[in-house]
Amino acid sequence: MTDAPAPATSGQPIHTDVAIIGAGPIGLFAVFELGLLDLKCHLIDILDRPGGQCTELYPEKPIYDIPGLPIVTGQELVNRLMEQIKPFDPQFHFGEMATSLEKLADGRWKLVTDAGTEIIAPVVVIAAGAGSFQPKRPPVPGIEAFENAGDGIGVHYAVRKMETFRGKNILIAGGGDSALDWVINLAPLAKTLTLVHHRDGFRAAQHSVNQMRELEKEGKVKFHVASVKAIHGEPGKLTGVTLAGHDKSEWHHETDAFLPFFGLTIKLGPIAEFGINLHENLIPVDTARFESQTPGIFAIGDINTYAGKLKLILSGFHEAALMAQAAFHIARPGEKLRFQYTTSSSNLQKKLGVS
Amino acid sequence: MKIFAIDRQGKEYTLEGRDGWSVMEILRDGGLDIAAECGGACACATCHVYVNDGWFDKLPKPSDAEIDMLDMALAVEPNSRLSCQIICSDETDGIKVTVAPE
Repeated sequence: MTDAPAPATSGQPIHTDVAIIGAGPIGLFAVFELGLLDLKCHLIDILDRPGGQCTELYPEKPIYDIPGLPIVTGQELVNRLMEQIKPFDPQFHFGEMATSLEKLADGRWKLVTDAGTEIIAPVVVIAAGAGSFQPKRPPVPGIEAFENAGDGIGVHYAVRKMETFRGKNILIAGGGDSALDWVINLAPLAKTLTLVHHRDGFRAAQHSVNQMRELEKEGKVKFHVASVKAIHGEPGKLTGVTLAGHDKSEWHHETDAFLPFFGLTIKLGPIAEFGINLHENLIPVDTARFESQTPGIFAIGDINTYAGKLKLILSGFHEAALMAQAAFHIARPGEKLRFQYTTSSSNLQKKLGVS
Repeated sequence: MKIFAIDRQGKEYTLEGRDGWSVMEILRDGGLDIAAECGGACACATCHVYVNDGWFDKLPKPSDAEIDMLDMALAVEPNSRLSCQIICSDETDGIKVTVAPE
């Protein structure tokens, strides 16, 4: 539960060899393959940590089909990849979404994020999986009109500054850790705080549930087994919602703010606007270079498509290796690529810091 | 074994279940729009369905992990299940499900 990262304020574009969109397992391994060829990388990810789906969806679940690792959890795999690429000093821009991609007059690419970070590089690698993780939006008709209504009012999927909710009537929906954490943290400063959830039970940590029950006893939190069926007010000015119980009873509930916490889901996001050819939300690539139909823009991992494609982590690793070979010739035109093995090349071993 | 499914637009499908496969896999392969982001690991709640016409009570009870994961689904009703956790068998022949809103 952290506040959003501060936007980049330097205003200076970053120059590097490769900009990678997505810091999941494939984006991370791409750093390794590019690093062996002396190409430096900056990575952008909308999440606040590396790992993508591996750490967001299944950090504790074992994976059994990584070659050489008979069993490894999503989090362990990501930890090992981070260790493996450390010698190449990748630069991460977490909590940022790549929002635009533009070709410069000199042929390089300028990638801009929603935090204002600008990365200029000859090569862009899209390793974005199924897209970017975004908060799940409850299926309440017209809810969009109440998003971005302002501090402490309307619909919010995250709490950036608690203070903006002081003295407000707050409605929270959900039963996970985020929902209960914010019930506990906002109850002391809210005018009223109401929690709705579809059952009288919670997946959140037991100590959070206990705290919530305590606040309910003290009358500082109201809890209903219910869900939000309709939302009322003028666009930008929320006045209340219709709540419904499982017995089909419905009632009006006045509120200034509505905070749904149902975790994240994956949407393709701004990549669709980059001008790259897409086929059913996937990027067609050739299987020699894993380059999109736009030269200089590569796509590896679950985001790409080609004859015989399998959405497996191990396939993404292979794609990263071939991509790096092709990317080298774009980033270092005219230079000779020396193909070497890490087992035998003292040059590579020096880069890896092992000799 | 049959699965009768309704998608978010109300279109009806009659699908052939496969013994031991999850209902999520049958829906996905049958062309219904179901995200199933985690691929069937009970880790994302994006294969949420409503089980209709009394079929809910005929199915084996959901695991604690599934009940917990349903807390991350939208528009949960008393007949909500994660379709990756319903396994096709002779006992599920004729099951009726509706894909939940996303």
